[in-house]
Amino acid sequence: MINRKFFYLGLRSLAGTSSPALALAASFIALGAIFKHSGFNLEQSVASSLFTYALPGQLVMTESYLIGASLINIFISVWLVNFRFYPMTVALMPALHHKNQPRWKYYISCHFLAVSSWLIMKEGYKKIDKRFRLDYWIGIGSGTLTSAVLSTTFGYLISDYLSNDLMIALGIVNPVYFLCMMVGAMTNIKTTVAIVMGGILGPIFYLFTPEWSILISGFIGGSLAFLIKEKK
Amino acid sequence: MSYSIAIIILVTSVATYISRLLGVLTSERLSSKSKVFDWFNYVAYSILAALMVRMIIFPNGALQDAEISSRIIVTIICLSVFILTKKNLVIPTILSFLLLTIFVLGV
Repeated sequence: MINRKFFYLGLRSLAGTSSPALALAASFIALGAIFKHSGFNLEQSVASSLFTYALPGQLVMTESYLIGASLINIFISVWLVNFRFYPMTVALMPALHHKNQPRWKYYISCHFLAVSSWLIMKEGYKKIDKRFRLDYWIGIGSGTLTSAVLSTTFGYLISDYLSNDLMIALGIVNPVYFLCMMVGAMTNIKTTVAIVMGGILGPIFYLFTPEWSILISGFIGGSLAFLIKEKK
Repeated sequence: MSYSIAIIILVTSVATYISRLLGVLTSERLSSKSKVFDWFNYVAYSILAALMVRMIIFPNGALQDAEISSRIIVTIICLSVFILTKKNLVIPTILSFLLLTIFVLGV
């Protein structure tokens, strides 16, 4: 059902000098502590990271809960903040298609989609035999999701020992790690333009429309990159 | 608080999974060699870059309490270290935490 060799190969991306484990740990430990201070119990905190597995959305959920927002409001704000998963999934799944792979594996394994797993997969999928790319992906995803759930648990349990200074320092780790990964992905002019334009436009649009800024800047930056003609 | 936390977690999870599932459904007939796939690829990279830079310049949560200058300096140092160490990701990740701790504590 799942090719073990490629599953373990994917899982091994958690080790080594490109490992996302520390970045995931830093942000999900902080999230676990936030859950504890917001009145969630341990089971609820674990369930949230296991079933939602999307940090910005989980933060929006916690804030909405604290101010007593309605369910429909929570649904819309989480959907909007996590809508980036839609273009990310479309930009990945076609590369994992193979006629020997059953469809249900795609429907279930898309839950593993997050910034960390996406960037690792984008970087490495071309080296993997097309028949087994989905199994490799499931390996990466199982590893990153497990790290997130364990870190949430750990953060929840040690929350009383996390000072505000530590929480501040934990907050920088995740964006720095992913920015480094993206700089590493700038191997051609088009991807470079997409990343640089997104990085410039994101904060500018944030001043005008915080909710839509990420999607609008991604749409513009990505489209500009797409239109550039690459010299061959 | 009129809703139980369990229902809120369920609603959040469904709202998140919808975008992932829609992505799978859209990509079912899409070739990885098509122009549409290419376009989605650049848009996705651009969205992530926008998100990460925004998290540093306009952060949510505790990171707001660190000076913007210190957040930017730490990021630039870590990106330089990443390039200098030939794309080692673990060193800049640990360094970002240590440097910001030093900035925050004012050592």
